[in-house]
Amino acid sequence: MDVFANLADGFVIAMTWENMLFAVLGCFLGTIFGALPGLGPSNGVAILIPLAFSLGLGPVASLILLTSVYYGAMYGGRISSILLNIPGDEPAMMTCLDGYPMAQKGMAGEALSLSGIASFVGAFIATWGLIFLAPQLVRFALLFGPAEYFALFALAFATLGGISSTNQAKSAVAAMIGLGLACIGVDTQTGVPRMTFGEVHLYDGIDFLVAIVGLFALSEVFIFLEHRHGQADASGKQMTIGRLTPPWSMIKSCTPSMLRTSVIGFVAGVLPGAGASLGSFLSYSMEKQIVDREGKTFGKGDPRGVAAPEAGNNAAAGGALVPMLSLGVPGSGTTAVLLAVLLSLNITPGPLLFTNNPDVVWGLIAALFIANFVLLAMNIPMVGIFTRVLLVPPRYLMPAVAMISFVGIYGLTGSSFDLLMMIGFGVMGWVFRKLDIPLVPIILGTLLGNQMENNLRRAVTISNGDWWTLVGSPLAIGLWIVAFVGFVLPIIIGRTVKSRMRRDAESATVD
Amino acid sequence: MTIRGIRTALAVAVTVLGAGYASAQGFAPENPECIAPADPGGGWDFTCRQVGRTLQDLGLIDSTMQVVNLSGGGGGVAFAQVANERTDDNDLIVAASTATATRLAQGAYPGNTMDEVRWVATVGADYGVIAVAADSPIQSLTELLDQMRDNPESIAIGGGSAVGGWDHLKVLIATNAYGIEDVRAVRYIAFDGGGEAVTQLLAGSIQAFTGDISEAKGFVDSGDIRVLAVLSPERLPGEFSDFPTAREQGVDAIGANWRGFYAPGGMSDDAYNAWVEMIATLYQSDEWQQVMSENGLAPLDLQGDEFQSFVADSVAQIEQISRDIGIIQ
Repeated sequence: MDVFANLADGFVIAMTWENMLFAVLGCFLGTIFGALPGLGPSNGVAILIPLAFSLGLGPVASLILLTSVYYGAMYGGRISSILLNIPGDEPAMMTCLDGYPMAQKGMAGEALSLSGIASFVGAFIATWGLIFLAPQLVRFALLFGPAEYFALFALAFATLGGISSTNQAKSAVAAMIGLGLACIGVDTQTGVPRMTFGEVHLYDGIDFLVAIVGLFALSEVFIFLEHRHGQADASGKQMTIGRLTPPWSMIKSCTPSMLRTSVIGFVAGVLPGAGASLGSFLSYSMEKQIVDREGKTFGKGDPRGVAAPEAGNNAAAGGALVPMLSLGVPGSGTTAVLLAVLLSLNITPGPLLFTNNPDVVWGLIAALFIANFVLLAMNIPMVGIFTRVLLVPPRYLMPAVAMISFVGIYGLTGSSFDLLMMIGFGVMGWVFRKLDIPLVPIILGTLLGNQMENNLRRAVTISNGDWWTLVGSPLAIGLWIVAFVGFVLPIIIGRTVKSRMRRDAESATVD
Repeated sequence: MTIRGIRTALAVAVTVLGAGYASAQGFAPENPECIAPADPGGGWDFTCRQVGRTLQDLGLIDSTMQVVNLSGGGGGVAFAQVANERTDDNDLIVAASTATATRLAQGAYPGNTMDEVRWVATVGADYGVIAVAADSPIQSLTELLDQMRDNPESIAIGGGSAVGGWDHLKVLIATNAYGIEDVRAVRYIAFDGGGEAVTQLLAGSIQAFTGDISEAKGFVDSGDIRVLAVLSPERLPGEFSDFPTAREQGVDAIGANWRGFYAPGGMSDDAYNAWVEMIATLYQSDEWQQVMSENGLAPLDLQGDEFQSFVADSVAQIEQISRDIGIIQ
């Protein structure tokens, strides 16, 4: 087949010693960038651009280095999520929900290896999807206008109930706070600044990374400070690491989840307006509704709850390359940076890239495969090293977390205002933890709120104020139906399950 | 004090002695620094990095230009810092573009105006284009504008900037030049970047696209979209020479997204002249012409006072249009 011949050519291009070295280097650096709070895939790639330029690398070598960093960071984000309950970047947020509980149960090693395998599965499937489906997928992406995007985001919010196991009202409150935060900044549809109080730092809106690092990392530090004289220093927080590799039965039980969520994540990545965060979020909440309808295990350290978002977000990372390469439209922040790199290498992504620069495209795809295998090979043996983090006493670990957070954010924006804002988010996170309000919906609201609002207003402006446009296409109607079912089903099922449990309890007492 | 005195004296002496290289020799930045008022990877960041690298390759600066990313407020954070705090830093330049002028005109940098800094020079421009999908019945810019005038509801035009941003203003410059009085008749839809807007053009959500030539190029080559007009004074060189200008269709509209630099307002004349000269030398070099052609930058060569008055003119023009559409009162 043509595809395989092309792919073989790609491997010939990519498989030089120099390129392999860059792949390994990129994977290693990417894993570290991903794991450090405040440094995500997009900054990781951006930081290395000057290096690629100053080394005078050719297009293929630069792309191999930078995509290795990209995939590496997508892998690495999960490490701090699982070990510290601090997501290394936005897409790794969902991994906290089950990864950290697993670590607390003494299954940190298993969680890390399993999520490494899930990442591999997701990225592997997505790369094949990129090879075989890119042309068809472009047509699919063109079915999505503003109205359809709005329905898609509504779908995401409708399934929000799926992610918090405890109090639905509290997660709704958190999501609303997130949506409110998303309003801050200059409104793109009118050019009017909203809720900025004349403060120029707020004109661009709130940087997600500032919010994430504040809410998760700093609030963790505050909690530690609060308990400083208590049990935290001594035996209380001592965690056991457990075995380093998951048993086959665990991998087997997670396999269907990984396969399903790889597809969901890939599709979310392909849509330029969606991206990896939406991919991992939908993966988790959909998977929860499929395998854990009663809400018994997800959120309490279910291995499937670790495998699902990791497969999903890595598949989304591969999917995001489809619109970048074939339309020149970045599907995520990181692909936006990669796009800028391509342009400066005098390669114009777009419909003609596959015919004009086949060496770049197939070299890149081969590089993705190489990076993926390197990452798997690198990550599984390193689980033992990563888990040592848990053995570091909190009195050393927490100051280090605080330091990395401050340096990371300041290095990113160079603004002390953002540091103050990060502290503000830290205090907010501390208060919310006390009130038992989940933090994840806040970030989701901030991440998705802007997009959702903009697409709604685009759709209605295009249709001259006719709201029926929102259900104007079969695709939009289909998305609304899924959203409706996703919203209503858990309520009904939850009720029947509860009443059945009550009946069971009653019959048990009668017997 | 004495050292500085000696240095000034030397500078004066050199200025008197050498004619051509006078200012470049009189002042040389010790720690040249370029602020990119955005996150790494964006247009301003690339302007800083590429200019810094080329300046060093050409031997115009001795040490590496340090690039500092100071993002926030669409460049407003950096502008405020340069205008308020680093007012007399002779080693500093800041990347700017039409977006900077637009925000200054609309008062989006609260408390700062364009007079607080010194405008150094441009390093090129990206001219605006107005395009439609290849299967659109609209064949020329005048046809599109006629339709917008007669039946504004039938045309939604999308671009990558916010409402009131540069992509929006380009359309308004064109409709203005065509004599369409009611600027609110232009239904502009803001997308996140030109690429997304082109995608929605192909998807049929919008009927026309306004953006920069570099954003449209790939889709023109593939035959997916048709450029109705490029907003340049005359036809562009090379592969872009097929695009008709708005002018030759009787619409006197020019929209250039220039890229360039400003410097602190209190920068000494010596330093300012040296920077102007450096960027001018850079612009003329073969190396920079190479960078320009690789990045789809069109010629726009303005330095010193000429650039200063160019920015003043475009700020005034943008202010007028923004007032008309109600972005500012």
